[in-house]
Amino acid sequence: MTGHNLAERLGRGLHLAFCIVVFSFLIAPMLVVVPLSFNAEPYFTFSQGMLALDADAYSLRWYRSVIVNEEWRLALTNSLFIGLVAAALATVLGVLAALGLASPAMPGRAFVTGLLISPMITPIIISAAGMFFFYSKLGLSQTHLGLILAHAALGTPFVVITVTATLSGFDQNLARAAASLGAGPFAVFRRVQLPLIAPGVIAGGLFAFAASFDEVVTVLFLGGLEQRTIPRQMWAGIREQISPEILAVATFLVAFVLVLLGVVECLRKRGGQGPVGR
Amino acid sequence: MQSAPHVEFRGVSKTYDGRTMVVRDLDLRVQEGEFFTLLGPSGSGKTTCLMMLAGFEAPSSGEIRLSGRSVQHLPPRKRGIGVVFQNYALFPHMTVRRNLAFPLEVRGISAASRRQRIRQALEVVRLDGFEDRRPAELSGGQQQRVAIARALVFNPSLVLMDEPLGALDRRLREEMQFEIRRMQQDLGVTVVYVTHDQQEAMAMSSRVAVFHRGHIQQVAAPETLYEEPEREFVASFIGDNNMLRGHVRKAERDFCDVETPGGTVRAFPVHGCRPGDRSVLAIRPERVSLTKPGVYTNEFEAVVEDILFIGDHLRLRVNLCGNPNFIVKIQNTVGHSAVLEGDRVRIGWSVMDCRALPDEEGGSGPTPVNQQGTENRSRSAVDAGKPKTGRTNDSVLAQSHREDGV
Repeated sequence: MTGHNLAERLGRGLHLAFCIVVFSFLIAPMLVVVPLSFNAEPYFTFSQGMLALDADAYSLRWYRSVIVNEEWRLALTNSLFIGLVAAALATVLGVLAALGLASPAMPGRAFVTGLLISPMITPIIISAAGMFFFYSKLGLSQTHLGLILAHAALGTPFVVITVTATLSGFDQNLARAAASLGAGPFAVFRRVQLPLIAPGVIAGGLFAFAASFDEVVTVLFLGGLEQRTIPRQMWAGIREQISPEILAVATFLVAFVLVLLGVVECLRKRGGQGPVGR
Repeated sequence: MQSAPHVEFRGVSKTYDGRTMVVRDLDLRVQEGEFFTLLGPSGSGKTTCLMMLAGFEAPSSGEIRLSGRSVQHLPPRKRGIGVVFQNYALFPHMTVRRNLAFPLEVRGISAASRRQRIRQALEVVRLDGFEDRRPAELSGGQQQRVAIARALVFNPSLVLMDEPLGALDRRLREEMQFEIRRMQQDLGVTVVYVTHDQQEAMAMSSRVAVFHRGHIQQVAAPETLYEEPEREFVASFIGDNNMLRGHVRKAERDFCDVETPGGTVRAFPVHGCRPGDRSVLAIRPERVSLTKPGVYTNEFEAVVEDILFIGDHLRLRVNLCGNPNFIVKIQNTVGHSAVLEGDRVRIGWSVMDCRALPDEEGGSGPTPVNQQGTENRSRSAVDAGKPKTGRTNDSVLAQSHREDGV
């Protein structure tokens, strides 16, 4: 009996240890950036002072230099502008696509779904190279519009997936009821369907925004100096002038993504309790 | 000349896959102010008819008319029909008030008028004071009332109801049957009601259309359906009937003699018949009596297999004329309660209480089943492996109990 118990406990202990190792391997590189960004020295390593928890070894100088730096400010503006517009575009397109795919009259549903999801599965370098040649012909490379379109294409699958999932719990009789009560198709959508699938729409939009916000490959191909986004600027920062500024930006991004995730999680919970997930 | 019927189906057929016909060449007329019920087992096409009438489905062929006008190209929102759905379909993100306001708002009715109409509609369904609740905060019966109020609040002259009481418990269901009937009569609206529950149909309707496999078997008032079924399916679906199968031996204008495995029975030929025709006889259990010799045209001796005591009446099961589950319902009066299991009794019924119908169902073989409605039908499917005559007494008794009280 005890031998059996011992083996079981040993197994559980090993399992736990394995999880911790994997977890730290995956997460630690991200977490280590946070204290390093407060380094008072222009290095990427912990100084003696930092390890001794000496207050003088810590500083906000890299945050200050990011804020005053024109290039970083341009990058932030670009990231927010391109991200928001691309996410809005992806949300509209994704919701429309999901609504169409949910219709029982839709032919070739699996094929069309696959096509819409493909930007998520295709290696990004292939999409980006394809876009580069195609957009250059149209005069869209090195423009904000080109990047917005590229990021909208990459973000749409997220919206299609989240909205399709929410719609699967949507009672089609509600749309029928609204129609029988005299509502036209647009009123049915705006007053009955949209409020009920809103959690999925917002979650999809946030994912689309996040996809654009941390995207670097298409920006490398399509963006010029005027279109540098934060990830692109970080790329340049590492390659050209090695400065702990990018650690400060990275910390900011981690915090930003955590907030986004929190919002998505809240929406998911509300959706689960609400009428849609019934 | 009579005005055009409120609802008219002209040769309507519906198929979803191009092969199986859900509804076949259907003709139907509903008059203004009727409470008209489409009754049938699931899959008989009744809900499809309702969905076509509401405009959610289009007929594959044929035409539907409302007050004489074809509605072929009219979308649901322009038909002005109130619909009560099986699962209520209340908007979960809106309060009761907002649910009721919805049809008024999309019609551009003023706020003052909306308030008044909502109040009236809630009074009709006796839910005043619940305006600010959400559907999730209401009981099933209350949600049902809100759904009805919402279907009435924009004053449609036609209201469709798709099994609206299916999700409610028995007591509430009976209460709501009464309420819905009262509202319909007070408001004078036409109601087309779909149900698979024959008791509900009988209790509420002015007329009932019995559906079976996409066809209408009979359209009639509830009393007529019960007393004068014209098709085998109607006889077996509405109330209890003892079914006996046989061949017509002799056919006159007022009666026919049908030879069953247990003897010759004299019956009333509903559609006329000719010698040699296969026929099925329908006899209500309450029209069969224990008798002395020489009282009835049809008299048979049989052994009482078992007795079910219901209270106000008893149900005797006998094996008679090829039907091993022939039921005799006798009132619980002095004398009759003296019958015991295993007794040999004399059973009789009159010619007029024995309706000879064309044999449309399972006319093959000498093992007819005592068909008592859909319960029995589905059970037969479940029991398909076992010989039908070898049923246990338990199942027969259970059935009799369930079907009691029509």
